[in-house]
Amino acid sequence: MASSIPAPVPAEAARAGPARRRRGPWLAAAGGAFVAALVLAAVAAPWLAPRDPIRQSLRARLAAPALAAPDGPARLLGTDHLGRDVLSRMLYGARVSLVVGFAAVLLGGVVGAALGLLAGFRGGFADTVIMTLADAQLAFPFILLAIGIIAVLGPSFPTLIVVIGLSGWVGYARVLRAQVLVLRSREFVDAIYALGGSAARIVLRHILPNVTSSIVVIATLELARAIVLEATLSFLGLGVQPPTPSWGGMIHEGREYLDSAWWISTCPGLALMLTSLVVSRTGDWLRDLLDPTLRGE
Amino acid sequence: MRALFVFVGRRLARALVTVWLVSTVVFVVMRLSGDPVPLLLPPDAPRSEIFRVRAELGLDRPLPVQYGVFLANVARGDFGRSIHFREPAMRVVWGYLPATLELGLTAFGLAVLVAVPVGLLSAVRRNSLVDHATMGLALVGQSAPTFFLGILFILLFSLKAGLLPTSGRGGAAHLVLPALTLGAFAMASVARLTRSAVLEVLGADFVRTARAKGLAERVVVVKHTLKNAALPIVTITGLQLGTLLGGAVVTETVFAWPGIGRLAIQSIYNRDYPIVQCVVFLSALVFIVVNFCLDLVYGLVDPRARPR
Repeated sequence: MASSIPAPVPAEAARAGPARRRRGPWLAAAGGAFVAALVLAAVAAPWLAPRDPIRQSLRARLAAPALAAPDGPARLLGTDHLGRDVLSRMLYGARVSLVVGFAAVLLGGVVGAALGLLAGFRGGFADTVIMTLADAQLAFPFILLAIGIIAVLGPSFPTLIVVIGLSGWVGYARVLRAQVLVLRSREFVDAIYALGGSAARIVLRHILPNVTSSIVVIATLELARAIVLEATLSFLGLGVQPPTPSWGGMIHEGREYLDSAWWISTCPGLALMLTSLVVSRTGDWLRDLLDPTLRGE
Repeated sequence: MRALFVFVGRRLARALVTVWLVSTVVFVVMRLSGDPVPLLLPPDAPRSEIFRVRAELGLDRPLPVQYGVFLANVARGDFGRSIHFREPAMRVVWGYLPATLELGLTAFGLAVLVAVPVGLLSAVRRNSLVDHATMGLALVGQSAPTFFLGILFILLFSLKAGLLPTSGRGGAAHLVLPALTLGAFAMASVARLTRSAVLEVLGADFVRTARAKGLAERVVVVKHTLKNAALPIVTITGLQLGTLLGGAVVTETVFAWPGIGRLAIQSIYNRDYPIVQCVVFLSALVFIVVNFCLDLVYGLVDPRARPR
């Protein structure tokens, strides 16, 4: 497929001025801090949320964002069509995004890294099969397959994690394969062989540490993709099911009230957009920082 | 000449293997979905009737036989009858296809017409205000979730400003927001890649030579730079065409656009699996064909991409 022909993409990082290079670590750290804050907010949701995210209140339906409420804590981001507090639901919704996101990245990373190491180190038949599978998957609008599988198996947390996780293995496999191909012809590999080291030892103790930074970079970029994919599936009604709050589900619920109560969809949507932007930019900065050669992959 | 045949043959073999893998995945997923017969019959149908329909659909035969029959049917474009529409699935999907093509091609055209000049401009005026503004926007466009972008557009341009219709298919006005939504990601990607590809070429020796011999800047940029930067731009643009069709599922749902993507989602809710399979298979096929053509174009345009 066309994607297998490397397009000549310039290594912009190499040409970037010193100011930009000095800024890189700070930006990456800021991105990391954002994710850490989000994780904290999600973990501490029961204490941070001003109200119960599931409790309905028909008298407070479609209440606009306000700094004070007559009956308890203020509804800073308003309420939805069932009178549930939008801010509280967003905090709980972050849990879904992050749990599915991190679990999917972990699954995709383990599978993709294992297959990439295998294909690169062993070569031969295993390599051919793995790379054909990777090409086939890239040749496929994955959202359609995900929708098909989830429609058949029924939406649930594990299904969601497996489908999103397996959608991401190709990225790891292709990059690691290419790097292992270079690494395995280096002298230190021959040296370990000569000293009697096994293949497993070479791969796990000597090659894996050399590709860790690539794995971290890809995982960060994949995290942004997984979070957006989860929200998309929830938006289509194929993700986490109500009443559990999720950002995609909230955007879906607020769609019908867009004209009268814009905040229901817009608040979780902006949170999603910001998260996606910050996480993927953090991935870019990490790449420039750790491994500029990855550009163009 | 022989090398060319080998090249085309290998690409074709790969495309065919992919088509086969896709149809196998579709078959497996369909088997996982369980027995479709109860969906076809009224709930109080007698057992004998269930067995009759099962035999009629060939579901009582061994799995390998069913798989063979399925592959043969797919090759003939037969995906079975739609449960909801009571028509061959292929015919139903065929009827919805023009709307998706209209949307997809408009989005694609919009993306290319906007993104390539924007990318070129921001490369030539590197680090200017225009560069920072457009590339910032492109970053947002690249990471914004499609479905939320669509909702934001509806909120701002339809409901608040009242400029454009919120949903449905009709005149050109109906096309603007869905095409912008669907094309946003492609636009952002193409603009960013055009910028970096042009920047790369602008630093090349022959560009310095062209400037040194006194050519007008316009000639240097358009004739010497854009032509040489064209290959990566063509590649990513072609790849975007394929992903656009996949992205149509979400966009069509948001804008109630009567295309195959929305049809697929509705069919999932109706448990109308023949339609879902047909849409999945057709989209994958389009994607594979686009990639195949792209490989050929690439090989023809750039001798370096040909196998020796």
